[in-house]
Amino acid sequence: MTFYDIIQTYDWDDVKQSIMDKSKNDAIDAINNPRRTVDDFMALIAPAATPLLEDIAIEANRLTLERFGNTIQLYIPLYVSNYCTNFCVYCGFNHDNDIHRKMLTLDEVKAETRVISDWGFKHLLLVSGEAPAVTTVDYYEQVIRAVRNNFSQIAIEVQPLDTADYARLHEAGLSFVCVYQETYNEKQYPLYHPKGRKANYRYRLETPDRACSAGVQKMGIGALLGLEDWRTDAFFTALHLKYLEKNYWQSKFSISLPRLRPHAGAFMPKDPINDRQMVQLICAYRLLDQQAEISISTRESREFRDHVMHLGATSMSAGSSTEPGGYVVPHKELEQFAINDNRTPQEMVEAIKAQGYEPVWKDWDTWM
Amino acid sequence: MEPLKIADKVFTSRLFTGTGKFASNQLMEDAILASESQLVTVALKRVDLESKEDDILAHLKAPHITLLPNTSGVRTAKEAVFVAQLAREALGTNWLKLEIHPDPKYLLPDPIETLRATEELAKLGFVVLPYIQADPVLCKHLEDAGAATVMPLGAPIGTNKGLVTRDLLEIIIEQSRVPVIVDAGIGAPSHAAAALEMGAAAVLVNTAIAVSPNPVEMGRAFKLAVEAGRMAFEAKLAKQYRHAQASSPLTAFLD
Repeated sequence: MTFYDIIQTYDWDDVKQSIMDKSKNDAIDAINNPRRTVDDFMALIAPAATPLLEDIAIEANRLTLERFGNTIQLYIPLYVSNYCTNFCVYCGFNHDNDIHRKMLTLDEVKAETRVISDWGFKHLLLVSGEAPAVTTVDYYEQVIRAVRNNFSQIAIEVQPLDTADYARLHEAGLSFVCVYQETYNEKQYPLYHPKGRKANYRYRLETPDRACSAGVQKMGIGALLGLEDWRTDAFFTALHLKYLEKNYWQSKFSISLPRLRPHAGAFMPKDPINDRQMVQLICAYRLLDQQAEISISTRESREFRDHVMHLGATSMSAGSSTEPGGYVVPHKELEQFAINDNRTPQEMVEAIKAQGYEPVWKDWDTWM
Repeated sequence: MEPLKIADKVFTSRLFTGTGKFASNQLMEDAILASESQLVTVALKRVDLESKEDDILAHLKAPHITLLPNTSGVRTAKEAVFVAQLAREALGTNWLKLEIHPDPKYLLPDPIETLRATEELAKLGFVVLPYIQADPVLCKHLEDAGAATVMPLGAPIGTNKGLVTRDLLEIIIEQSRVPVIVDAGIGAPSHAAAALEMGAAAVLVNTAIAVSPNPVEMGRAFKLAVEAGRMAFEAKLAKQYRHAQASSPLTAFLD
């Protein structure tokens, strides 16, 4: 049985209604429950919980400090390719978008990582569009082998792969896989992913099962907030997390909260999530799960990122470029999305210290 | 107070400390110095062994400090042995805090892998201090395998709940031939004092100092508590009675 079988037992609209029906008292009970369940999580993200946001934040701060201490981990994405055969209606890499396509050669990868290493990064996230004929598993393996001596943790955020492929990349030095479901709403999923390999909802949903079975030590999950009702997607993300923790008890998990913002000329999210709601959600994840890493990328503003260090965030990117080759020579026209917090890594280090936290470059090793 | 001997080293402080979770490496150094701890554990996964100027190690240079590298992050005996050898080469010490917790959630130690790794590492000449469950039988096995100490947990790591495993710790202390160091879960100086009063040889404290709003003062508070606890153990606690001592004893008529 995989998570696909479990999710079949839930009805999207019923879940949405249950969240909306949660009362302020349910939220108070959830805050006070030392062993919180996904039902408590529903109450914590419900509209009825918003007057309790400060209490929720205080508990999130306490739990995060107890577990992670006064530290924020740093990582950097390296976009290796923007070739993509998918048609995700919200994405800058969409196959139909007439942008210049580029895949880094191994020499270019090395040049990029030299710049990144000089900044101090030890945790690297390799990112790519989905174009399996171009960015093949062979390619990823070569890239990982080319850079593995310079980094203590190598992650990928690329197309979902088969178990054997994950095992092969793990052997090459991969320890962390990020694949976000975008939305857990199976009925609506095809609307956003009409064609291409990504149209296969189930294959994507079962990716963490395959990666964890292959021995990958850390798995990143999440939903693209705003595509569909964000609360319902957050509930299913939480359910997914609990399923994975039970079934892959030796793996670590990380939650990301990418959100779509409404802006002119771009894809309009159905249910945009505002700053206050984002804080509620970050804190609710922390109250549900003390040990999950929570990653906040440079999509978010500097002010927002500075504040959420105290509310559950444990991992942040810095100095990010979302275009292949962007660290050596920036070309803005290749990027996937515009970053919001454009501080340099050194500025980010100072900002973390200013919040009373120690920036952690290295919390992993190749032998792990 | 009686000094503590582990392998070839003698410690006058019975407070061992950790290096994680501090708001800065400077604050970590200041707190550790205030605690007067002489054995300080550092996670190898946090250290850049290839860099000569690793910032954590740069703050642990005081001559009275012995570094105790730990294997946090490994999941098997095989990985632990590999990492121990890396550490020995890079840091020039054969001391090792063996931590094998395949469960990243509660970070509970794996008894099977820990015993295996202890056997192998002791044969390779390491001074092994294994972090384990408060399991008296496992502690005897570890002694036989060549562990220099045993480090049973007081409560799950990072929880600050104190000596939740007290009854089992008492059995371990009663039976042990090697020093018993209570590791993990100690959240307040009073917990540390209680462990020493019971006869624990030392305690290892990290979160309670690092996450305190004032780590330097807390480091000092733990130092004082550990000294008080040990002094009380050596002086021997007055007996506790379950009932008042009658002023006219019931058996006085026999005199």
